[in-house]
Order: sequence, then C-alpha cells, then structure tokens
Amino acid sequence: MTTLVLVEHADGGPTDVSLQALALAGGLGGHVHALLLGPGGAEAAQAVPAAVAHVAEHEALGSFAPDAWASILCATADRLGATAVVAPGSEHATDAMARAAVRLGEPLATNCTTVTPGEPLLLTRIRWGGSLLEEARLHAGRALLTVAPHAVAGVAAGAPGSVETFTPELAETDLVVRVRDRVAPPAGGVSLTDAKVVVTGGRGVGSAEGFAPVEELAALLGGAVGCSRAVTMSGWRPHTDQVGQTGNKIAPEIYIACGVSGATQHIAGAKGAKRILAVNTDPEAPIMSIADYAVVGDLHEVLPAVSAELRRRRA
Amino acid sequence: MKLLVCVKRVPITGGRIVLTEDEQAIETRHLGFAISPHEECGVEEAVRLVEANGGESVVLTLGPADAEEQLRDCMAIGIDRGIHLVTDGEEWDPEATAAAILEAIRADEAASGPFDLVFFGNESADSGGFQVGLRVAHALGRPCATGLKAVAVDGGLARCEQEIGGGRDVYELPLPAVVTVLEGLNLPRYPSVPGRMRAGRKPLEQVTPVRPDSRLERARLVVPAGESKQAEVLGRGPDAARAVVDLLEQIGVAS
Ligand SMILES: Cc1cc2nc3c(=O)[nH]c(=O)nc-3n(C[C@H](O)[C@H](O)[C@H](O)COP(=O)(O)OP(=O)(O)OC[C@H]3O[C@@H](n4cnc5c(N)ncnc54)[C@H](O)[C@@H]3O)c2cc1C
Ligand SMILES: Nc1ncnc2c1ncn2[C@@H]1O[C@H](COP(=O)(O)O)[C@@H](O)[C@H]1O
Repeated sequence: MTTLVLVEHADGGPTDVSLQALALAGGLGGHVHALLLGPGGAEAAQAVPAAVAHVAEHEALGSFAPDAWASILCATADRLGATAVVAPGSEHATDAMARAAVRLGEPLATNCTTVTPGEPLLLTRIRWGGSLLEEARLHAGRALLTVAPHAVAGVAAGAPGSVETFTPELAETDLVVRVRDRVAPPAGGVSLTDAKVVVTGGRGVGSAEGFAPVEELAALLGGAVGCSRAVTMSGWRPHTDQVGQTGNKIAPEIYIACGVSGATQHIAGAKGAKRILAVNTDPEAPIMSIADYAVVGDLHEVLPAVSAELRRRRA
Repeated sequence: MKLLVCVKRVPITGGRIVLTEDEQAIETRHLGFAISPHEECGVEEAVRLVEANGGESVVLTLGPADAEEQLRDCMAIGIDRGIHLVTDGEEWDPEATAAAILEAIRADEAASGPFDLVFFGNESADSGGFQVGLRVAHALGRPCATGLKAVAVDGGLARCEQEIGGGRDVYELPLPAVVTVLEGLNLPRYPSVPGRMRAGRKPLEQVTPVRPDSRLERARLVVPAGESKQAEVLGRGPDAARAVVDLLEQIGVAS
C-alpha cells in the first residue's frame, strides 16, 4: 500500500501544514511517498521524511497553475499505484486536490482531522469552519483527503529515504489557468493573522467613528484591530478586518472581543487565540461561555479606562 | 451577459450548535436560514455585471422546498430568475451536488445559450467541501479560478484576484469560465422593499433530481468537546481597567 502526499514548501523546507498532512498519511499504513512541485522542491525534499520524495521540475511550474498540479498529482499517483492521496488543507493544495478528484472520478474528503484505514475508510472532517465535526465513510477506489490545518500534530522534518527528480508531461490545457501577475501586500501595519494582540469591535461599537477607543487600545498594545461581520456589513470597517469563518483566522496571545455576541461563525476565526477577553454589556451573551475572561460593561467606557490605566502605569 | 450563481441554504446557528437526536443534522426548529457570505458576494457581483453590461442573471440552488426563500432573497437583490433543484431535505455529497448542477446548467444552456460566467462560493458554509465549483467547471471543460476577492470582466476575459499570503495573485480566464469567490469580493446590498415585491413575481423553475448514493457518506455529526465554560468576570464597567491591565501584564503583552 502506498500513500502519496502533496508536500508544499517554502524557505527551503516543507510547510508546517504539509508535515501535518504527512502525519495523517502515516496513519493509513503502508509506504508514504511525497510529491514536491516547482522551484526549490529539490532542496526542500531533503527535509521531507518520506520513503521517497518525488520532485517535479518543469519550467511552467515557476508560477502556480492548479491544473498542472492536478495533472502531476494524478500521473504520479497512477505511476506509484497509490491507494490514497493526501494534501494539506491550504488554498493551493485544496484547489489542486479538487481538480485531481474530478479527473480521477473520485470523491474528495476535505479538512480531515482523523482517518482509520479500511473499506470504507472512516474519517472525521470539520464542517462550519471547525464549529462542527462530521464522522464519515469514504467509498472510493482511491482515497483523496486534505488535512485540516493545525488540527493534527505534524511529523518532524527529516531526511527522506531517497529523492527522485522527474520532468512531468504537461498539456497546454493544464496551463490556461495560471498566475499571471502578483500584487504585493500593502506595506505597514500589524497583520491580523500574525498579531499577538487582537482587539475586535462588533455591532456593539455602534458606528465607524465608535472604533476610536478600539484602535487606541490596539495601538497601545502593538496589536491589530478586528471586527465582526455585522460591522463589515454595516460598512464601518473593510472585510480585511473581519474575524471568523468567512474572514481572518487569528492566533493571538489574547483576543479582546468588544461588543461581539460570540456567534459560532465569528468564534470559528478565533479558535487559535490562547485567551479570550470579552467586553459586553450583556452578562448573558453567548461569548460569556466561550471567553476565558470578561468585563461586563459598555465598551465605550471600559476601553478608554483600560488605555488610561496602561498609560498611567507606563508613565 | 448571461450569468449563473449557485447558492446553498444553511441555518444561522447563533451562539451554539445543537444537533438533532439522531446526530444527523443541526436542530433548526428555532433558527433562521441564509446562504454563505461568499455566495452573497457572488450574487451581488452577478447583479452588478448585468447592471453594467446588460443581460440576465440566474440563481440556482439544490435544496428543500423551503430553499425557495433563499432564491427569492437573491431575486430581491436583483437576480432575474431562479432554478430550484428540489430535494427532500437530505444533504447531497459534493459529487452528487455537482452532477445535478451540471445537468441543470446543460439544460438551461440548451434552451437559452451559454453562461459567460458561473459563480460558486469557494466553499459552502456548512459542509465546506471546497470542490463543487471545480467539479462543474471540469465537466463543462471551462477554466476555473478559486478563492477570488476580485473579478473584472473585460472583453472575453475575466481578470481574477486571489489573496495569498497577504498579496494577490492574478489570473486571466478566457470566457466562458467558472469562478469560486470569497466574502470581501464586494459589499452586498440589502434588498429594498420594492425589490422584495418584484422578487415574488420573478420566474422560478423547479426540477426534482434523483439523489445517487453518497460516496462521502455522513455517519454522524459531533459538536467539538470543551466548548462550554464560564468566563472569569474581571469586573464591571471602567472599574475593571486595573484587573484587565494586570492580566495584560501577567501574560506579557502590556509593554
Ligand atoms: C455562513 C455564515 C458565515 C459567517 N461568517 C462570519 C464571520 O466570518 N465573522 C463574523 O463575525 N460573523 C460571521 N457571520 C455572522 C454571525 O453569525 C453573526 O451574525 C455576527 O458575528 C454578529 O456580529 P456581532 O457579534 O458584532 O453582532 P451581534 O450579534 O448583534 O452582537 C452585538 C453584541 O454587542 C453587545 N453590545 C451592544 N452594545 C454594547 C456596548 N456599548 N458595549 C459592549 N457590548 C455591547 C451586545 O450585548 C451583543 O452581545 C456568519 C454567518 C453565517 C450564516
Ligand atoms: N446544494 C447546493 N445548491 C447549490 N449550490 C451549491 C450547493 N452545494 C454547494 N453549492 C455551491 O458550491 C460551492 C462550494 O460548495 P462545497 O464544495 O460544498 O464547499 C458553494 O459555495 C455553492 O456555491
């Protein structure tokens, strides 16, 4: 039995989510082979602990072309007689796996957290951005799975049994959809996804101007400002600030959620937070049974007082 | 232009998800319903494209009879007509969903010409399979880009932007094409009262497809453990400021 794992790489090594995919694939039994694509693959392969790390090199792989990835995945799985193909649940890998699934005429189970080999294969996958789990049976000739990011402990990076480099055959149709250009990220500011402190305002903030005390506290703490969907939909903040299932996934040391009720779709974006502090006028708000700490009160009074106290202690 | 948007009816779960006794579904007796924010943006984009270029926008759902509510909501925003693939309420797996949508697209295109663009959400709100759009695109033999935050149509091309690592990757798809989109694509409008009135009279076609066996077969749903606790109240009103700053200092983020 052979499982093929799509391993993404960055900065000369496999990504964390790829090491997590390798861990889940290990649970299927049999040999684990890895597939790396594009420039830097050969170098990164040295740190991929698989029986064989296959490295596809082709001049067309310099920019992302999802149908090319799918084509190489399918051809490699066929060549190895792989009974399962596993990939991390990142944007690019998920996209390529869905294309591979339809080419192979197989079902695809995305964002899995556990697998038990067998016929059918048993698995757990996340629904609702992680607010709900589904146990399912996969009836497939070849099991195609993606692994939910940061739900499984990754394997340690380590040397593969061997590295095999090859040049894949690509059709012109595999390159119709490809990245033609890149717009650089906006400079400056603390990014929500990397911030150690996130201060979020919800509908309770009341208006765009009402965000002043939220911004003040975030700036004092060197953190980032977030918002709920109620805020985005009201046009008070851009969607780039939204935390949640359909917004940003954050992982700060502390998440300070002000005027946010705690809807499951909001909290789905804050599951990575180490601690949550809620500031809410309603002691019965759902967030009170999700947060670790709470202040019951009006955010327009509480936040300025916290900022003033911070300033006082720093003086 | 002729445009299609595919949407899925899902419950608005609020603060806590409660399951039915048989653990097969979410208990929805007291809940409202919506479509994914991603799909809402797809609807808004289609309406804007028709406003700017003329043509026709169509919304399609595979779902229970009650899902007509979501189709009418989309029509209230400006979609011209609907296609309802009516089910008994049982969820279809992504392969079966894609097959049914494909058949409906083929039938509609045979009757009134090809869709220049078909919009899907990048992922459905509930199941999050990340695949129905790609499955349909492949079967139609049309190019597809996923996870888009911008779609601009110019001549026979759709210029698409996908957010990756803070920056944006740009794709150019020759039309006809399929796109899967994310919230943030635009800011959807709220339906107006006249919009709602008109929606009730717009054409709605109903088809009842037959559900094949699931190859991704749900056994049961599980609410993740450890969700419920009681927050430690640090204080009430502005007097809580000292306790809050004590906490911030203790975890090392105050300076
Ligand atoms: C498929 C789907 C996906 C979604 N994705 C997201 C998402 O990514 N992100 C997201 O946020 N939402 C998302 N939502 C919406 C979500 O369900 C909620 O509607 C939303 O999170 C509510 O925002 P809120 O907490 O700001 O507003 P509300 O629920 O209205 O809560 C406002 C809170 O503010 C408190 N309050 C009022 N005044 C004050 C004051 N002066 N001081 C302190 N507290 C005050 C109130 O007690 C209340 O608890 C999604 C919904 C669906 C169906
Ligand atoms: N039952 C359905 N009816 C119509 N469209 C659907 C349905 N299920 C999924 N889709 C579309 O396919 C997208 C991706 O779904 P999924 O592959 O389940 O994540 C959704 O955002 C919808 O646009």
